[in-house]
Order: sequence, then C-alpha cells, then structure tokens
Amino acid sequence: MIDLPLLWALLIAASILIYVILDGFDLGIGILFPFLETDEDRDTAMNSVAPVWDGNETWLVLGGGGLFATFPLAYSVLMPALYVPVLLMLLGLIFRGVAFEFRWKSRGHRKAWDHSFTIGSMVAAFCQGIALGAFVQGIEVDGRAYAGGWWDWLTPFSLLTGLALVIGYALLGATWLVMKTEGRLGLKAVRYARVTMIGTVMFIALISLATLSLDPRFMEIWTAWPAILYVAPVPFAVALLAFYLWRSLGRAMDHRPFLATIGLFVLSFVGLGISLFPYVVPLNITIWDAAAPDKSLGFLMVGTAFLLPLILGYTGYAYWVFRGKMKPGEGYH
Amino acid sequence: MPDFLSAEILARAQFAFTVSFHIVFPAFSIGLASYLAVLEALWLKTGDEAYLTTFRYWLKIFAVAFGMGVVSGIVMSYQFGTNWSVYADKTGPVLGPLLGYEVLSAFFLEAGFLGIMLFGLERVGKKLHFMATLMVAVGTLFSAFWILSVNSWMQTPAGYGINEAGQFIVEDWWEVVFNPSFPYRLVHMTLAAYLTTAFVVGGVGAWHLLKDRSNRPARIMFSMAMWMALIVAPIQVIAGDMHGLNTLEHQPAKVAAMEGHWETGSRVPLLLFAVPDNEAETNHFEIGVPALASIILKHDPDGVIRGLKDWPKEDRPPVFIVFWSFRIMVAIGFLMVGIGLWSLIARARGRLYESPLLNKAAVLMAPSGFIAVLAGWVVTEVGRQPYTVYGLLRTADSLSPVEAPAVATSLAIFAVVYFIVFGTGVVYILRQMAERPGAPEHAPEGPTRAAAYTTDYVKLAEGGRHD
Ligand code: HDD
Ligand code: HEM
Ligand code: HEM
Repeated sequence: MIDLPLLWALLIAASILIYVILDGFDLGIGILFPFLETDEDRDTAMNSVAPVWDGNETWLVLGGGGLFATFPLAYSVLMPALYVPVLLMLLGLIFRGVAFEFRWKSRGHRKAWDHSFTIGSMVAAFCQGIALGAFVQGIEVDGRAYAGGWWDWLTPFSLLTGLALVIGYALLGATWLVMKTEGRLGLKAVRYARVTMIGTVMFIALISLATLSLDPRFMEIWTAWPAILYVAPVPFAVALLAFYLWRSLGRAMDHRPFLATIGLFVLSFVGLGISLFPYVVPLNITIWDAAAPDKSLGFLMVGTAFLLPLILGYTGYAYWVFRGKMKPGEGYH
Repeated sequence: MPDFLSAEILARAQFAFTVSFHIVFPAFSIGLASYLAVLEALWLKTGDEAYLTTFRYWLKIFAVAFGMGVVSGIVMSYQFGTNWSVYADKTGPVLGPLLGYEVLSAFFLEAGFLGIMLFGLERVGKKLHFMATLMVAVGTLFSAFWILSVNSWMQTPAGYGINEAGQFIVEDWWEVVFNPSFPYRLVHMTLAAYLTTAFVVGGVGAWHLLKDRSNRPARIMFSMAMWMALIVAPIQVIAGDMHGLNTLEHQPAKVAAMEGHWETGSRVPLLLFAVPDNEAETNHFEIGVPALASIILKHDPDGVIRGLKDWPKEDRPPVFIVFWSFRIMVAIGFLMVGIGLWSLIARARGRLYESPLLNKAAVLMAPSGFIAVLAGWVVTEVGRQPYTVYGLLRTADSLSPVEAPAVATSLAIFAVVYFIVFGTGVVYILRQMAERPGAPEHAPEGPTRAAAYTTDYVKLAEGGRHD
C-alpha cells in the first residue's frame, strides 16, 4: 500500500509552497506600492499581476481546504490556535483583493484604494509570517483540541517570522518587477531587490539560529553526526544562491533574479520541512495521527492525480498569455 | 457575559453574517458568467456588435462582483476551522474531500481563465477567448455543485459511518455526494442564481429603456431577461415545491416550522399570515386557507401532517424566522412568474419596449432575486437548527474552544469591514449600471475608466510581446 498520509503531507506542503511563491510576489507588489512613487509606475506594477492574482490566491484555498480534507484533526487544532492571525490575514486579503477593481472605479478615492492595497498586503504577509512562527514554536494540545489561549501566538519569535515574510515577499515582488518591467521602474526594482535581499538573507540566518534554540530536537537534527552531512548542504545552497542573486541583479533585467529568489524560498521551506517532519502540529501531532481515513485520502487522491496536472497546465498557459515586459506609461492617454 | 453573548451565539452570528454576504456574490456571478458566455456566443455567431457592447458592459460589472465573491469566499473556507473546529474534526473525512474537489475542479478553473476573460480578448483571439469565458462559467457551476453537495449532506446525511474517534467516515461516496436532498437543492439554487441575474439584467435594461427606448443593448438585455423570467420562474416554483416535499420526508420539523404548524393533524390550513410564538407554542393572528397545506404537502385534504409539538422543545428550530423567510421567498417566486407573464402579453402586443409600467416594475424587481436567495438560505439553515449535521451533531457541540471575547471582536470587525468594503463595491457596481450601455468610453476619470483599463492593458502588454 502507498503511504497516503505521507503523500498528502507532501502535496499540501507543495501547495503551500506554491502559494507562498505565487501570492508572495503579488503581495510583494502591494508592499512595494508606496515606494513606486509615480501613479504611472503603480499602474504598470499592478497591471502586471492583475490577470493572475486570483489564481495565485486559490493555492491558499487549496492549502486550507486540503488540510481540512486530509488532516482534519490538524486543521481543527491549528485554526483556533491561530484565530487572530488567520482572521487578520483574511481581512488583509479582502482589502487588497478588492483594490484591483475598486481602484479604477472610484472617483477621486484612488489613493484610498492604493493604501488599502498596500496595508492589506502588508497585514496579510505579516500575519502569514506570524502564523508560521507560532506554528513552528509549538501549539498546546489537549486530547483532540487546542488548549491554549487566544494570544499564545504572540511571541518575539513569531514577530520575527512575521517581519521576515514581509521583507521576503517584497524581494519576490521586486524581482518580479525586474523581470516584467524596464526603464525607470525596472531600475527602481533592482534597487529595492538589493535592499530587500540583504534583509531576507539576514532574516533567514536569524530565524534559523532562533529555531535551533527553540527545542533541543531541532538542535539535534541539524548538528548530530552523521545526519549533518545530509542537512549541511541546505545553508550552503542558500549562501550560493544569495550570491548568484546579487550578481544577476546587476546585469540584464530578466528572469534570473526572480528564479533565484524562488530558489531561496524553496530552500528555506525545505529546511523547515527537515526540522518539522513528521509533525503537522509541531512536536504534538504527527501526520499519521491527524490523517483522515485512507478511504477519504484515496478518494481525493484519484481526482487530484488527474486534476492537478491539468491545473498546472492551464495556469501555465495563463501566465504564458501575459508573458513579456510591461511598457511603463504606454496606453494611458 | 450575558447569555445571548455566548461564544456559540456569536460564532453563529458571525457565520451567518459572513456567508450571507458571500452568497450574494456567487448568486449573481453564477448567473452572470453564463449570461456572458451566451452574449459572446451570440456575438461570434451573428457578428452583431451590439452583443459585444452588451458583453463588455456586463464584463466590467462581473469583474467587481467576482472579486468580492472570491475574497468573501476565502473567509468562509477558513471559518470552518477557526470557529467550528469540533465540527471540522468530525466531518472532515466526509466533507473535506468534497470541498477539496470544489477547489480543484471549480476555483482553479475560474481563476485560471478569469485573467484571459477579463484582459485577454486581443491577445488570444475570439475563439480562445470564448473558451475562457465558457470555462469561467462552467467553473462557477462546478462550484455550486460541490458546495451544495456539502451543504445537502449536512441537511440529509447519508453513506456514512462513525469511527472510534467520533469522526464521520465514508462508507459510500456516491451516497455521500448524491445524498437525498442534493438534487433538489442543486436545481433550486442554480435556477435561483439564473433568476437573480435575469432580474438584475432586466432591471438595468428597463432603466435605460425608460430613458431611451431605442438603445439596442438595453433592448437586448430586457428582452433576454424577460424570456428568462417567463420560462425559468415557473420551473423554479415547481422545483421549489418538489424540494419542499423532499424536505417533508427528511426534515419534517423544518417543514412544520415553515408552515407554522404546532399540532399534528389532518385538514391543515395553509397560513398566509401568522405570528408564531416559540414560548407559548402557538401562533397569534392566524389567517389561512383551510386544508390547503394538507393538499400541497400530501395531495389529500385529509393528509396528516406532523406539528412542532411532536418534537421536544430543544429539538425544534426557531419558528418565526423560518416561517417568514419562507413566505418572503415564495411571494417573490410568484411575483417573478407574474412579471414573466406580463412581459409575454406586452411582447405579444409588440409593446415590450414601450410599456413604461412594465419597465418600472422590472426596475423595482431588480434586487428581488437576492432577497429570495437570502430568504431561502435562512429557511434552509435556520430550519436545520439545533443541528449542524441533521439529527447527528448539535450546533452547540460543533464549536471551537475559542473564548467569547475573541469571537465578539472578530464579529464586530467583520461587520464594520464588510459594510464598508462590500458597501463601496455595491456603490461602484450601481454607478456602472447607471452608465448608458454603448456610450463612448473615454472619459479621463470616472467609472468608464475601467474600460480604458481593460483595453489599454491589452495594448500595453502587446507592446512588450516577444514574438
Ligand atoms: C458548507 C456548508 C454551508 C453552506 C453552503 C451554508 N451554510 Fe449556513 N451554516 C453552516 C454551513 C453552511 C454551518 C457551519 O453548519 C452553520 C454554522 C452554525 C450552524 O448551525 O450551521 C450555518 C449557520 C447558518 C445560519 C445561522 C443559523 C442559526 O444559527 O440559527 C444562517 C442564517 C446561515 N447559515 C445562512 C446561510 C446562507 C445565507 C447560506 C448561503 C450560502 C449558507 N448558510 C450556506
Ligand atoms: C460555507 C460555505 C462556502 C464556502 C466555504 C465557500 C468558499 C468559497 C471560496 C474559498 C471562494 C473563493 C474561490 C477563489 O479563490 O477563487 C468562493 C467563491 C465562490 N463560491 Fe463560495 N463558498 C461557500 C458557499 C457558496 C455557495 C452556497 C455557493 C453557491 C451555490 C458558492 C459559490 C461560489 C462561486 C460561484 C464562487 C466564485 C466567486 C464568485 O462567483 O463570486 N459558494 N467560495
Ligand atoms: C413558490 C416558489 C418557491 C418555493 C415553493 C420554494 C421552496 C423552497 C423550499 C421548501 C426550500 C427549503 C428547502 C430545505 O431547506 O430543505 C427552499 C430553499 C431555497 N430557495 Fe426556494 N422556493 C421558491 C422560490 C424561490 C425563488 C424565486 C428563489 C430565488 C430566486 C429561491 C431560492 C432559494 C434558495 C437559495 C434556497 C436555499 C437553498 C436550497 O435549499 O435549495 N426560492 N425553497
């Protein structure tokens, strides 16, 4: 028999990672919005993500819905534990999501929706980071339920991960702009990419160290011999990629910085996976404890095996249709 | 904290509030997506530019409504966990995969092709663009299919077992998905979405006809909408009646609440007016038609119908809300049939576009679909109380271990944010509707700006094409 819970854990992790990368860059555009200075550049930046943002956010629905379907126990423990950050994130997503259309429809309130876009994006990113931090540092469980209070998530560590994600998303957004725009806006994006890259790498280092000190288990995974041989390449690869990213930023304005940034996110995610496996509620509930019966997992797997490639196909097609550089200013006569 | 501010009541209020806002948008966008596909098909077939103009007109409105549907929907999918975690743990193995299929087969399809539908006409060409519009429309229908299957299973659970952890587990997927009330609910809700959209489109068309009877797009809108009213509204009444008979079989307490019956008996009257009173277990100020309820529900004047007193007090739904919501929905249903017939007469006389009275009535009826949809859902959901999974899992036992102040705060914030954000969105949509269809679209600032945005985006992106 296939280990369905394990397979599903990998799939859900993958869909969360895809979410982080895809919505990461369009939330990042929102975070960078006030720094784009001119209305013209803001229009261009927003138009570069307008056709795809809804698809990007759907991965979040898949992450949540998938967790409900395949690990209902984990879903029912995590959501009450993360009540405040999750709801704030949803509110942030509302404010930024409607801004895509409202911005063009408002008479004279365009600025207000620009702010709504920025603040919504920042709040959503910050809360996702907080949720991640609160998740990693552990959640109090009693029987089949969350046993803590509604402010337990608030710790220095979770604030740190919150900030890190805001900066990281800004880096994704900036490198997306490097790829999609040119001229003045493109140059600006290169500058912002440099700044946010330094910030991102610093945060990755800081959070990695902080995680090690959270629980002896983490320290052991990352330093015990000979396991260290398998895990040591991760920080190395991070350093290499960061170097490559920095170099590529000075050269042609193409897709390379964006891909390198994605690489950084993937590596950090893999590192996280190494620390947490096999828990869905860290250090309390494993994927096998939380999994729904095989009959449920199998039923959904059959369709997923067929639908997921299809989704990747037409999502790729939608990106392909809107490929190429945006021209700043052109079109607004 | 006082009783009425318990975490349970607050969580119920929050769920009802957020889902009520949500359903308004899908009800409109399910219908509108199909309508847009039809308009585009007509344009491709006839080459008549008036269809394209009408298509573009509604596309802008669709974009706004759809965006609001998406963001309010994402809230819904997380609320099962945040506020109803015990319910989520117990029903996850059954309902989770259905919601999973909704995401995979519906949400991705809509989202994947939405960008092309909104911004891609010049990029991909007419045929592929029509494909995209069609995919979005199909996606909204798939979405309705799965979510209604979920909801119907909670009303009429089937094909399940219960494991040692107290979770519902699946014995037969076919029975779960096609549970007894699902076919009725799917038909009734899909028709409801089509009617809702038809009346909005008809109202907007009528509004512009009142100002300028020769406006082609307005004529197209009005005529198509009136055909829908004529054909679909009577079907909806029949579907609703069958739905009710199905409910009588599976949830008789709900039907008793809908009808306001307290005593079990035969020759039960159909109440037109009454003020049901939960405490006194009776109605005040009753006006009814003798034996008619027995005739409708049992097709026999002597048919026996169970009254609410057959159930212990703690197993009954709140009667007043269910009773009146049901009457509001049914009244609107018959009004819709009436408008359809009226339009047929006007059409036969060749005065469809020249009857100001009919046009005014259509304008008044424009929001009626939304009211009926909300009323219908209130009947369904409040009538299911005090259970979340009918007869098996009580609402009180479904709740998250979240403290009341947390829920009170989130509810208050949701209320403020929803009214501001979605209220503004509705204002923008209304403004868009006030624009005359087919008017020149190049004002530098204002709602027509969106049109400039849509077409200019294309040019803008075109400039950077690689090939
Ligand atoms: C997938 C499931 C589902 C779906 C499609 C809906 N609901 Fe629902 N509804 C619930 C699942 C649910 C629930 C989670 O089961 C609640 C929360 C508390 C409860 O008793 O049931 C509920 C409660 C609930 C209540 C409160 C009832 C009460 O406390 O007396 C109202 C008024 C509505 N809903 C209204 C709606 C509307 C307008 C819907 C239209 C879309 C809707 N529901 C769809
Ligand atoms: C509690 C129940 C519900 C939940 C959890 C829910 C969840 C969602 C979510 C997450 C989205 C956004 C999808 C995206 O990212 O593109 C959405 C949109 C949508 N939902 Fe719901 N929904 C519920 C009730 C309903 C009902 C009852 C219907 C219709 C019968 C419906 C029909 C739709 C449609 C058609 C969309 C696409 C957006 C739109 O048309 O505005 N939903 N829903
Ligand atoms: C005379 C006409 C109608 C009758 C007899 C009727 C009957 C019913 C019944 C019995 C229910 C509750 C089913 C249950 O919970 O078990 C219901 C629900 C509902 N109704 Fe109607 N209805 C009518 C007209 C309409 C109209 C015109 C609309 C909207 C345009 C509408 C929209 C809804 C919706 C959205 C629901 C909730 C979903 C569902 O359970 O299907 N109804 N209706």
